[in-house]
Amino acid sequence: MLKILKYSFFDLMRSRWSYVYFAFYLLLGVVLLFLNNDLSKAVITLMNIIIVLVPLIGTIFGVMYYYNSKEFTELLLAQPLKRSSIFLGQYLGVAISLSMSLILGLGIPFIAYGLFKSNAIWDFSLLLVTGTFLTLIFTALAFNIALNNENKIKGFGYAILLWLFLAIIYDGLFLMSLVLFEDYPLDKLSLIGSMLNPIDLSRTLILLKLDISALLGYTGAVFKKFFGTNFGFIISFIILTIWVIFPVLRIVLKSKKKDF
Amino acid sequence: MVSIENLHKKFNKNVVLSGVDLNISEGGIFAILGPNGSGKTTLIKSILGMVIPNKGTINVLGKNIKNSASYRHEIDYLPQIANFPNNLKVKELIKMIKDLRENTNEDQRLIELFTLQPFLDKKLGNLSGGTKQKVNLVLTFMFNSPLIILDEPTTGLDPISLIRLKDLIQAEKAKGKTILITSHIMSFVEEVSDEIVFLLEGQIYFRGSILELKNKTNQPDFEHAIASILT
Repeated sequence: MLKILKYSFFDLMRSRWSYVYFAFYLLLGVVLLFLNNDLSKAVITLMNIIIVLVPLIGTIFGVMYYYNSKEFTELLLAQPLKRSSIFLGQYLGVAISLSMSLILGLGIPFIAYGLFKSNAIWDFSLLLVTGTFLTLIFTALAFNIALNNENKIKGFGYAILLWLFLAIIYDGLFLMSLVLFEDYPLDKLSLIGSMLNPIDLSRTLILLKLDISALLGYTGAVFKKFFGTNFGFIISFIILTIWVIFPVLRIVLKSKKKDF
Repeated sequence: MVSIENLHKKFNKNVVLSGVDLNISEGGIFAILGPNGSGKTTLIKSILGMVIPNKGTINVLGKNIKNSASYRHEIDYLPQIANFPNNLKVKELIKMIKDLRENTNEDQRLIELFTLQPFLDKKLGNLSGGTKQKVNLVLTFMFNSPLIILDEPTTGLDPISLIRLKDLIQAEKAKGKTILITSHIMSFVEEVSDEIVFLLEGQIYFRGSILELKNKTNQPDFEHAIASILT
């Protein structure tokens, strides 16, 4: 698996898109710091972008890489390699190179600005950790979609739909259900609702860590009571890990049964 | 060497193989023939584990291949259409495959044999079909495995390379290896193969030597004998 990972990783590192992605984050970091002139504020703005953009890039890159490397995959399948190591190697190659672009692209300007001397370092690290989790989750979901669809156009379509659903439509439905059932106590429901969607979960996690939950009113207090504790924090990370493990497991199972 | 029992495979509703039984003994050249869509490639890919059969068992060198990958160390496979990653150089591809399987020095001899030296630093996406096929041949023949599977090996080759390929196949046969070939070029099949397996509608229609086929169909030459099966 490590050999496949190595080849996929270097293959991606040589491609233009990794640099574009890296350069984008570099620019974003520099511009935000320049405009805000304050680390904590830059972190908040950054969160809003990362939460939406990282899943989108993860999904698109995942699907694109799978379809583009079809020939490479077929070549590998005839070699004495396990299917699980071929696909896991490719998946990790994509996910790790994307995460690296994210971490380095944002890390460099923030460190240059004096991150280590500021107290925003924990918020910033949390941002990068959740960003990495989101990359791992959405790349895995993208691989699942691509494995299920031979047709590229369909694969891309479903991938975009998935992102659209989790990043935007889910929130809309969630909000509507809250309005619809406003006569009932909804603390628990909204807590569970935001835990089931990795994007919402990441957003809540960071918002509460940034200590701006006072803006969220009563529900914010309930959330703070849960997520603010170590227990809530650990549970959140367990759920994010589950969101990684299940799609990855499905990649392994699905690839075992597929014909090439 | 390879034994296949009651192999069934369908893609969605399209039945490709329906109950193939085949025993291939060690040593010799076997040609798998059949009209387009008769399941030749599916049969080969089943042996390679790339296609998962719906039913039936396949043994390679006495071991069931189900859920196994290591048996592919014993197989050299030449895929039908040389689909390689386009942004890789020829040199890098050869190095990568060696890294993934095992080290060998045989590639140098094969590169010379097919005069591929000028192309080593070119990207695979920029090569012509015939040159890609030569690279494909180098990748296949550089390892010393007892079973060689060639899917349409002659595609795109010029006459000189074709002669070299035939020599290469005969040399491997002389080492006691088992070689499976599919091809639509009947003269090539007639020249190299010891025995033929004819697939028709997902089953083995005929198996034996070319002479037996000619006698069975009462046709003087091989091409017409094949054609008479199909009409």
